[in-house]
Amino acid sequence: MSTETLIKVEGVSKKFCRDLKKSLWYGMKDLGSEILGHRHEEKSKLRAEEFWAVKDVSFQLNRGECLGLIGRNGAGKTTLLRMLNGLIRPDSGQIKMHGRVSALIALGAGFHPLLTGRENIFVNASILGFNHREVIKRFDEIVTFAGLEDFIDSPVQNYSSGMHARLGFSIAVHCDPDIILIDEALAVGDMEFVIKCINCVGQLRQQGAAVVLVSHNELLVRDVAQRCLLMQHGESILFSSLDDAFLTYRTHLTVENVVRRVENGLVRNGPIRVTSVDVESTDSETIHHGSDITVKIICTSDAGCKTDEFELRFWNSSGQLISTICANNSGYGFDIQAGASRFMIKISALALAPGRYRLAGGFKRQGQFQFWSTELKQLEVAPTPWHNSGSGILILEAIVEGPIPVEGKNV
Amino acid sequence: MQRTTDKGPLPIITYTPDSSLVSPGKMLRDMFRDLLASRELAWRLAVRDISAQYRQAFLGILWAFILPLANTLTWIFLCETGIISVKETALPYPVYVFSGSMLWAILMDAVNAPLQQTNAAKAMLAKLNFPRESLVISGVYQTVFNAGIKIFLLLAVLTFLGIAPGWHLLLFPLGLLSLVLVGTAIGLLLTPVGVLYSDIGKGLPLLMQFLMYLTPVVFPMPKSGIAATIYAINPLTPIILTSRNWLTGMPSESLPGYILVNILALFLLVAVWILFRLAMPILIERMSS
Repeated sequence: MSTETLIKVEGVSKKFCRDLKKSLWYGMKDLGSEILGHRHEEKSKLRAEEFWAVKDVSFQLNRGECLGLIGRNGAGKTTLLRMLNGLIRPDSGQIKMHGRVSALIALGAGFHPLLTGRENIFVNASILGFNHREVIKRFDEIVTFAGLEDFIDSPVQNYSSGMHARLGFSIAVHCDPDIILIDEALAVGDMEFVIKCINCVGQLRQQGAAVVLVSHNELLVRDVAQRCLLMQHGESILFSSLDDAFLTYRTHLTVENVVRRVENGLVRNGPIRVTSVDVESTDSETIHHGSDITVKIICTSDAGCKTDEFELRFWNSSGQLISTICANNSGYGFDIQAGASRFMIKISALALAPGRYRLAGGFKRQGQFQFWSTELKQLEVAPTPWHNSGSGILILEAIVEGPIPVEGKNV
Repeated sequence: MQRTTDKGPLPIITYTPDSSLVSPGKMLRDMFRDLLASRELAWRLAVRDISAQYRQAFLGILWAFILPLANTLTWIFLCETGIISVKETALPYPVYVFSGSMLWAILMDAVNAPLQQTNAAKAMLAKLNFPRESLVISGVYQTVFNAGIKIFLLLAVLTFLGIAPGWHLLLFPLGLLSLVLVGTAIGLLLTPVGVLYSDIGKGLPLLMQFLMYLTPVVFPMPKSGIAATIYAINPLTPIILTSRNWLTGMPSESLPGYILVNILALFLLVAVWILFRLAMPILIERMSS
């Protein structure tokens, strides 16, 4: 495959206006200077109430590459994507796009609710620049991929939002794009469809498409992208490998946001209260993938109480439950005395991929929580220092039996 | 997911902050490329809108001519009861009003279409990149479709009333074309500002109502006074008069004016087309994403 550059972005900036009235008025002014054919010098200054939504971003993307665009809400990711799609023009800099672009920014935009799925496929495909003959050739493929064989002749207004998105995605990827722009579009589908989409995007990439993906889902980005562009306040602060980008992303997230979040999450109180939780690594300075850790819990109780177990849940930054650990003191439970007490839970070889986790949990008695907090502690798991892949490969000792010949088969 | 089409050299698109007027040659090429590319899409959008429009309406295609019909009945009523008195017309007054109202309604449709189409497609415009011309062309298709219904009805009524159009009827498609041309040019001129400020969309029906009384739609041409001058310089006058004359078999009285207005409208249309193209990215930026 040739390493042809499909997307070339050079020092691109875009400004937006906070105030609606001013924004409309600036629109009129821009229209005027557009008609007079002005060049862009005066565009690179901010007027009152304006701010840079995207500032001086540059990158390149070759055939067969996938770029993950990450950053917090309002970092300018979508604006950048809209400029790549040619919906809005940059205020400075230049964008060069080679080939047919398929944007999955809003799946099914342009669907008419009263028309059937069949009719909408033709309309939508021609919006994406696909002609009638090509659609007829691909029609069955589109319907099958979307899994809508039974609903293709009912009006689109009767579709669920997932079906809507499925049909939109299916049309967009069947239009032979050279460049695919995806903006959180996969978030609405169910698991099965998301996997189908990831495979499909991967396949298009192997066939030589360049993909730009905006997502907050770290796992998804890790699955499809090779490189990341991290954006903050409109500026690209890092264009690098996935690990570096996500590490920086999480660090920025911590400094600015997480610390100021609700002190102890959502707390349910009972006869017992957890006052502090600390997580330490027993073998090194930082907690990394595969280290042995100790969770130190200090709790208070007014009258003392009996509890069966302490449950600890690990949530990842995309809000998925990754692991639940129950400490039940070998089935005896804990007798908590009145006043403050402290106990420790030891976890060996922490099998969590590098990333930021939220620890939730609490004390349980007969299956009911006596105390519960949605955020006991934030935990940052670093990549294993001796293993630089960083994508979460835990090396465990495994016993290998064999090779043993299998009868009757030529394996 | 096998690629079926074997594409030639990749199309390269460059986005820069410069106004496209800086390189007029490239702009003209782009304009005609997009116009060509929007043929099929425009057709699909028109079919989509027309079939959806009549699918949800109980009265269906009646909506294409209910307004001009009501207008006609109002004026016939006003005239017959003597509330207002209208000067003698060469045609019977009901025929004069009915044909005038129908033609005016076609012009109105054409004026409204570009802004209406653009506003209705806001969600699509903010999220998808497609040749924007297709919206305007789709609007023209829909205007022509609705005009077809009106003219069919008009011809049926004329025949019933004993008005024979004669061979002039063959010229009428030209008249229809100029109604659409003039209407689209005016409508497209208002679109860029109309998308930004809703005042235009709200004020337009008011303005058109007023313009109707300055055009020989329900009144015949005044012979003298200030009104005569206004009617005479109103560029819409020759369009309406000539179309009506062709339709009803009357001699065409204002042919030079008609040709002049059409040529001017053609120039205006090209100019506002450029304006529309320049304006689109600025407008989309200010639509919600």
